[in-house]
Amino acid sequence: MNTESSPLFLHVENLQKSFGGVQALKGLSFKVSPGIIKAIIGPNGAGKTTLFNVITGVFPPNGGAIALNGMSIEGCKAREIARLGVSRTFQNVEVFGRMTVLENVMVGRHIQSRAGIISTGLRLVGMRREERQIRESAMQHLAFVGLENRATELAANLPLGEQKLLEVARALATDPKILLLDEPAGGLNTRETEGLAALIHRILEQGITVVLVEHDMNLVMDISDEIMVMNFGEKIAEGKPKQIKNDPLVIEAYLGEEVDYSDL
Amino acid sequence: MQSSNRKALLGLTLFLILFPVVAMNVSAIGHYLDIMIFVGIYCLINMGLSLLMGYAGQISLGHAAFFGLGAYTSGILCTKFSMSPWLAMVAGVGITALVAYIVGVPSLKLKGHYLAMATLGFGVIVHIFFNEEVSLTGGPSGFSDIPGLSILGFSLNSDLSYYILVWFLVLLTLIFSLNVIHSRIGRALRSLHDSELAADAMGVETSRYKVMIFVLSAVYASVAGSLYTHYVGFLSPSSFDFFLSIKLVMMVVVGGMHNIWGALLGTWLLTFLGNEWLHVFHDFDILVYGAILLAVVMFLPDGLVHLVPRMSRVWKRG
Repeated sequence: MNTESSPLFLHVENLQKSFGGVQALKGLSFKVSPGIIKAIIGPNGAGKTTLFNVITGVFPPNGGAIALNGMSIEGCKAREIARLGVSRTFQNVEVFGRMTVLENVMVGRHIQSRAGIISTGLRLVGMRREERQIRESAMQHLAFVGLENRATELAANLPLGEQKLLEVARALATDPKILLLDEPAGGLNTRETEGLAALIHRILEQGITVVLVEHDMNLVMDISDEIMVMNFGEKIAEGKPKQIKNDPLVIEAYLGEEVDYSDL
Repeated sequence: MQSSNRKALLGLTLFLILFPVVAMNVSAIGHYLDIMIFVGIYCLINMGLSLLMGYAGQISLGHAAFFGLGAYTSGILCTKFSMSPWLAMVAGVGITALVAYIVGVPSLKLKGHYLAMATLGFGVIVHIFFNEEVSLTGGPSGFSDIPGLSILGFSLNSDLSYYILVWFLVLLTLIFSLNVIHSRIGRALRSLHDSELAADAMGVETSRYKVMIFVLSAVYASVAGSLYTHYVGFLSPSSFDFFLSIKLVMMVVVGGMHNIWGALLGTWLLTFLGNEWLHVFHDFDILVYGAILLAVVMFLPDGLVHLVPRMSRVWKRG
């Protein structure tokens, strides 16, 4: 895979997004350096998934800037951002249910291939060669997440845990430099979560930066190099796992304010 | 190509070779050759509809218009401008593709019922154009004396020659379509059908592919229209009305829209029913169509073609 890809810095500056009267992101700023695992945590409704959706071009922000290596990408279409090397998975699994597992990953190779309607319709030599490469590469990515013996099954028939792995394989097939994982451990059992942690480390070894939104605190504290905590669309803390664990604002956001019983 | 498709293609080709031999020697079904030509013409349109509806998940209730555009372009250019029929067919493809592109870019931004309404409206507009533009189209009574086709100086003047030409083109189009289906383009179409959100995130240019397949399906319909014109030799707007659009969609759905073979099966079945086997019902045939459609949608949502693997399993076991 892409071990020698040039590093990609992600900068987010004063990002704002509102839906009607609800401000989902209120001027969020942070950066992601290449080669790290960065976790974004926060209570439900903090704006984490909205942040992913704005970064990947599902919808444009209302203000602020997003830049990849200094090139601003806010307002770019999702397909353009995919081509710039940012891929993702979805919180509510979005596999292509009526396609086989292998075909799902082959769609991930779409941007790395170029045969047009004429050359595919006539099965010209170049298209056949490309098709073979797509298949081989997709198979490798399936093997990477451990789904190679599920290749011919319909994606809709996989259990949730494997559908999440399939999404990871499909995202990796685009040869991303930054991979955004939206709650990859949601719905996984303990053993599957351990496997996921190992998988994320192997993805990092491929030279791919990993940004994940996750609720499983053990996983987050265990694998992250940096953690950003969000609440009500704002960043309330950022730092190494150890710092975050003891941050009073974070504890307040998750558990509520500490009550001073001496006043009672 | 997958081996199951190869087998089915071989089977279809054998059937197509044997059919005229049988039909021309059994007087009771002698006219079936004529019906089979219409089946082939509708198959051309419906393969495109199957790609559009079954694979890309976009509906069109206006494909009779593209069929009509091809037919009228061929008819008008050949009679009024004495153009060569083959050149006229190419011109028809060009005009239809252009119209499909202009209509497709804005309407394919719509989804579901709204897209259905937009394409339906387009079909009605084109039908009105055929009716009202009397100097060009001959109006409601249409026009006749459209010359037949000829290949390398050999003029096609028998049903058999048209049968061979039409089904040869159907086979070529079928192979082309199967190749597209089993490629990155086919996968892109199916992916946007299942989840446009995820397809976009994978870098698939979803709107571009929707328009591309809409234009391709219009081109198939246009070629079908040109063949129809030259075979029938007569054109009137009633052959390209809204009800044809509905019937085409129905053929695809009854046969099974998620599978291009289903489109062929449904076209064959409903064309024969309409032209031959439902005459006993007279004007009530529309009720029978309705009953068939209802039964398929309720009990066989994947269409009749879905029965084939089941039957072959029973066959192997029994």
